[in-house]
Amino acid sequence: MLALLVLHVVLALAAPVAVRHLDRRVFWLVAVAPAATCVWAATRAADVLDGRPVTSTTPWVPGLGLTLDLRLDPLGLLMVTLVSGVGTLVFLYCAGYFARGQAGLGRFAGVLTAFSGAMLGLVLSDDLLLLYVFWELTSVTSWLLIGFDDESAESRRAAQQALLVTTLGGLVMLLGLVLLASEAGTASLSAVLADPPRGTTVAVALVLVLVGAFTKSAQVPFHPWLPAAMAAPTPVSAYLHAAAMVKAGVYLVARLAPAFAVVAPWRPLVLTVGLATMLVGGWRSLRQSDLKRLLAFGTVSQLGFLMVLLGAGTSEAAMAGAALLLAHGLFKSTLFLTVGVVDHATGTRDLRRLSGLARRMPVLTAVATLAALSMAGVPPLLGFLSKEAAYEAFLHGGATDRVVFVGLFAGSVLTAAYSARFVWGAFGTKPGCATTPVHAPSTALLAPVVVLGVAGLVLGLLPGLVDPLVQAYADGYPREQVEHLALWHGLTAALGWSVLTLAAGAALFVLREPVRVVQRRASRVLGAVDADRGYDASLSGLDRLAQRSTAVFQSGSLPVYLGTVLLTMVVLTGGALAVGTRITDDLRLWDRPVQAVVAVVVAAAAVATARAHRRFTAVLLLGAVGYGVAVLFVLQGGPDLALTQFLVETLTLVLFVFVLRRLPSSFTPRRRVSQAARIVLAAAVGTVVTAAVLVAGQARTAPPASQAYLDRALPDGGGSNVVNVVLVDFRGFDTLGEITVLAVAALGIGSLVVAGRRTRPSRTSVPLADTADDRAPRPVQR
Amino acid sequence: MRPSVVLETAVRLVFHTVLVFGVYLLFAGHNQPGGGFVGGLVAGSAFVLRYAATGREGIDRAVPVDPALPLGAGLLLAAGTGAAAWLTGAQFLESGKLELHLPVLGAVKATSALPFDVGVFLVVVGLVLVMLRTLGAEAEQ
Repeated sequence: MLALLVLHVVLALAAPVAVRHLDRRVFWLVAVAPAATCVWAATRAADVLDGRPVTSTTPWVPGLGLTLDLRLDPLGLLMVTLVSGVGTLVFLYCAGYFARGQAGLGRFAGVLTAFSGAMLGLVLSDDLLLLYVFWELTSVTSWLLIGFDDESAESRRAAQQALLVTTLGGLVMLLGLVLLASEAGTASLSAVLADPPRGTTVAVALVLVLVGAFTKSAQVPFHPWLPAAMAAPTPVSAYLHAAAMVKAGVYLVARLAPAFAVVAPWRPLVLTVGLATMLVGGWRSLRQSDLKRLLAFGTVSQLGFLMVLLGAGTSEAAMAGAALLLAHGLFKSTLFLTVGVVDHATGTRDLRRLSGLARRMPVLTAVATLAALSMAGVPPLLGFLSKEAAYEAFLHGGATDRVVFVGLFAGSVLTAAYSARFVWGAFGTKPGCATTPVHAPSTALLAPVVVLGVAGLVLGLLPGLVDPLVQAYADGYPREQVEHLALWHGLTAALGWSVLTLAAGAALFVLREPVRVVQRRASRVLGAVDADRGYDASLSGLDRLAQRSTAVFQSGSLPVYLGTVLLTMVVLTGGALAVGTRITDDLRLWDRPVQAVVAVVVAAAAVATARAHRRFTAVLLLGAVGYGVAVLFVLQGGPDLALTQFLVETLTLVLFVFVLRRLPSSFTPRRRVSQAARIVLAAAVGTVVTAAVLVAGQARTAPPASQAYLDRALPDGGGSNVVNVVLVDFRGFDTLGEITVLAVAALGIGSLVVAGRRTRPSRTSVPLADTADDRAPRPVQR
Repeated sequence: MRPSVVLETAVRLVFHTVLVFGVYLLFAGHNQPGGGFVGGLVAGSAFVLRYAATGREGIDRAVPVDPALPLGAGLLLAAGTGAAAWLTGAQFLESGKLELHLPVLGAVKATSALPFDVGVFLVVVGLVLVMLRTLGAEAEQ
């Protein structure tokens, strides 16, 4: 299994190089990856269906307990078949879809292959964290693919929206997965499912995980990213946004439901969100005139349907859901690819401008109609089998089931209606609309569409092919009797409802003009609750919040910054000192009286500094403070430290002189209140620091580290100056960090000064007004 | 403003001495007071003196390279010394010792800390030079 993932990576990396020689035929090369996966899955199918899942374990980061655990079970097999089967055909379709020599083709092919690999990894992972990694990889590759046309603002916005929404959900899901793993005591997916933990934490974790699943599978209210993502090239829509990526959320729900559907918030949450999505998607789909957006909203609707079926937590619903998962992958990608062919042949996807295509493209029309019928749930197609099973699953239950059934019925009516609208819109002959000119599509473009469309028919006619797979998944639930997928169950209630669904859907389609009017009125009323506007509003809200908080926290005033830092220190450190410590009485005021003399000089210089009116005087007095401290170092017997202090003090003086020439010579007089506040703060800082030093000096509980350094300096460090050995050897890494900071600071100051020089016309025009000493230099606006 | 002749001459006299003293501190640092940082500061103050006497031109003549060069070279040398430890199979920055018998100097003991310290020295000197060139030039205008 790992080899298949590696194959995807290798081909993804090779694609940008190979495109130079192969041009658009590069897709034939990269199609090898999904095709190989498909073949491999087929050879393992018998084992998996017999209840012997294929597993593989490879150490990844042993220190963190991360392993590459892969596992192919019935649900995995279903998803792999979908991802790699549809993938192969979409790749082949790409070779005909793109123009020869199109720019960015290599990158596109590479990313598409990478996506295919990520999706494969996602459905094969047997480790919660590994699953998350692949999950986010699909988000990132999807972002790159939607933004393929990077010169169009629309596709950039769509790509960003998809990325933000899905990764936001992904991060929430990560929280949930971590909680789940810690409650279960293992990150192994199969172990968690085999022995599911219970409790409040698990309930919270599941809600978080479901948020992730809802965003990824475009559930209400996160759905707008999916229709927007139609800015992507059509093969991407067919693959990522119909067959593969959007199924990831549904897949996760299907994976967890057998173990967790009984936990309290799961069922209400999944059923409500799923049904709402199904109805909103269907309703919006009926209003679209762009064929691709029509399908996109249809996909939203069907994803809601899948969410309900796979999250309901009963074996019947699960069986129907698994069948629909496959059916939807087939018919929806067929339809998307059809739109691609139509777009290619006519140059438009607007159903108001397309007319008379049925006669010009009979094969495509037949295949697309087949897929649309499957979507609407017409026998004998796969879509019919799954919808029949879904009705069956909810017809015989209690009150909740009945409510859900009504929702499913309404959603299916809408589905039937927009299926009809699609076929009519794409291929029908419309009165008052000239026949659209067509240039015939190539066989290379048509063949994959035909294969996908016919597969839905074949699997519908031969339910025995799908049934074992679907049953194997449904076996994950305890059940008494086994219902099989079949075209004919006899004259059941579900069959009656199916007929009714189609009739109502047909009626909605025939009455499309009145429906349109109703929809327009409704949208005027409901305009305020548009989820897409919600997305925009939350983004601009975030911008505003950032602006406001920046304005508050980065006022640009040095005294405010400094005051905040110092006040925090006084409150936290001073508070801790006041609460928990006392100073013992064996304090010495000085070792030698001369220290007291120096200290008095230093203190006097400090006070004088604060009282100075001229800046230059203040700087000189500050220098005196520094030299005084250096003298104290000498008296304590630290020549290295004293030498360094002297030199740094001198250099600082010189730098001050440079800067002082740019500032007014005197400080600005301050208001009395401001002055008093500064004095109080300064006194408090001084007191707290003094107390902290005294307390810290007495708080020693372990023998000092200095003795060990003294002992080791010569034998280990090869030097007898301990200070230097510590600097360059024992704590060499620290020193390396410090000189890096020095270098960066030097370059930063240098470039700031140079940049300031360039943007300023002359020195005299610099506004050095009375606030100059209160303002930090602000970045130059360009 | 023309600097005084007295200052210029005095600086000319002490400039090299101070510079050599800085280098001395760098090499002596492992066993006596000193080290790369202090040595660099002393050498840096030699340039500050020179700057005070002859302005930016004097600095440009004394160090005819971009001051970012010693900065980068120092950083590279320090990090490279650390990385060189890998060649001997040791950890990053793990120190090594070398005893050489040179023809004139006799037995010389060298530790890997020395090139590291030279790196520190260069960075500090580079820092001072950058300050003199940018802030100093700014003040001269």
